[in-house]
Amino acid sequence: MASLTWLTIREAHDQLARKEISSVELTQAVLDRIAALNGRIHAYLKVAGDRALAQAREADARRAQGEDTPLLGVPLAIKDVICVEGLPCTCGSRILENFVPFYDATVIERLRALGVVILGKTNTDEFAMGSSTENSAYGPTHNPWDLSRVPGGSSGGSAAAVASDMALGALGSDTGGSVRQPAALCGVVGIKPSYGRVSRYGLVAFASSLDQIGVFARNVHDSATLLGAIAGHDPRDSTAMPTPVPDYGAALRPDLKGVKVGVPKEYFIEGMQPDTESAVRAAIEVMRSLGAEVREVSLPHTDYGLPVYYLIAPAEASANLARYDGVRYGLRKSGAEMWDTYTATRGAGFGAEVKRRIMIGTYALAAGYYDAYYLKAQKVRTLIKADFDAAFAQVDVIVCPVSPSTAFKIGEKVDDPLQMYLSDVFTLNANLGGICGIALPCGFDAQGLPIGMQVNGPAFGEEKILRVAYAYEQATEWHTRRPAL
Amino acid sequence: MALTREEVEHIAELAKLALTEDEKARFQEQLSDILEHFQQLQALDTSAIPPTATVLPLRGVMRDDVVTPSTPTPVVLSNAPQATDDSFEVQAVLD
Repeated sequence: MASLTWLTIREAHDQLARKEISSVELTQAVLDRIAALNGRIHAYLKVAGDRALAQAREADARRAQGEDTPLLGVPLAIKDVICVEGLPCTCGSRILENFVPFYDATVIERLRALGVVILGKTNTDEFAMGSSTENSAYGPTHNPWDLSRVPGGSSGGSAAAVASDMALGALGSDTGGSVRQPAALCGVVGIKPSYGRVSRYGLVAFASSLDQIGVFARNVHDSATLLGAIAGHDPRDSTAMPTPVPDYGAALRPDLKGVKVGVPKEYFIEGMQPDTESAVRAAIEVMRSLGAEVREVSLPHTDYGLPVYYLIAPAEASANLARYDGVRYGLRKSGAEMWDTYTATRGAGFGAEVKRRIMIGTYALAAGYYDAYYLKAQKVRTLIKADFDAAFAQVDVIVCPVSPSTAFKIGEKVDDPLQMYLSDVFTLNANLGGICGIALPCGFDAQGLPIGMQVNGPAFGEEKILRVAYAYEQATEWHTRRPAL
Repeated sequence: MALTREEVEHIAELAKLALTEDEKARFQEQLSDILEHFQQLQALDTSAIPPTATVLPLRGVMRDDVVTPSTPTPVVLSNAPQATDDSFEVQAVLD
């Protein structure tokens, strides 16, 4: 029998539904795979084996009673910035090393209702701030395609787990590319839903006007299933829009007749890895052959996205992270007086990148600098969003690379924050504009590392990006390749 | 856009972050570089452009005022670094 860990979510569902396998067998197979590989890849910070097997037994019992859902008994991984009742939620930070949430995030509640098995919590850059998972206080995650390279970030643990068959799918979070970029660098599918599509209740806040929970899977169909499971209104998150959730599976069609694909000239820049450009351009030709009408579009303020993002996100982060003061939860380092305790706790608990961003954000919001930095960034954000509005008046989706290069070496960029920030240059603007995007494999470079393509759509246009991604995927075989481990 | 060491110390004080001497030196250099890069925004004329704080059309969302069960106090306190009886324990704010 082929390895159970290689099953897609749909294949696993079908075999479970036909009673060919049980969720306990499937979950045990994945736990065995984790036991064999996690030491080398370090995708998981916490593996909850006993709990997972108990959930698998429960799922099997529900199925025995005649229940069926697309995810009943399917084992998934959860990024360690999303609260799961009773499991530590460290956010990759020392400051939350001992924090154990006493409630489930809304997305977890929804997955549990559908009978999902939760395998454990995956590694992340500290508070999701990073592009390589090297900023985790618990050590980096290794890319399954080349263990000397980063998996991307910040949801690098979730991406690496799915790429190495240590989970059938996973949840991550995307504030400036943290689902799409690791998906691309690990050769899996990742969706950043539109801002407002998925409840953030129980997601530890980084930058509240940008954060969105997203999904990882090995193909577009599975990612559509996961998105449909977690999307929708939530009275506990005022930003979760009441817009009805469509049947995303119904949007998946094998052709692109009548679809207008926009190619933004600003996203094919000098300095981009030539393999990446040629793979994405070849993918666009595949879309044309499937019936899509391809036309060039312009997003003239693209270049301003990096400074706008790295002012707005740190500003919001500096406010959100003010809560870590050693009073209600997390680390406390006691000083002589209350203020000493605050500064000592935060000085000891936060790592270098988090401190750097708190510093940038505090500076941008400080009296005397607010207008020149924060307010200026918010105004340019208006222009970036207007670029997308104008482009989506002409085309259904926008296709571009996810990252200027494939996976880089661990340690290569850690001492140069600006270089690290540039690895997000193609993903940040989708968050600033609140639009949706999907990353999916579109080739491999000369070193055998996966290349990712991004299909972006207008806010609440998830059906459009899923349709385009699915048709492309059906016509190609990149998504079927697996790393040799 | 070079930051002085005093500015770095001032921002750290505003953010309530204890920094080592090494961190202060490193952040002075790195933050200066990053802010320098951000100067490109000043080239855009935004005098007629309104700021965007959120992309959503929603403002002031209210839920129905329905009483629901609260989390029991011992559970709320379960993650506290220091707690006594039914309270978080902190240092005195006033003498």
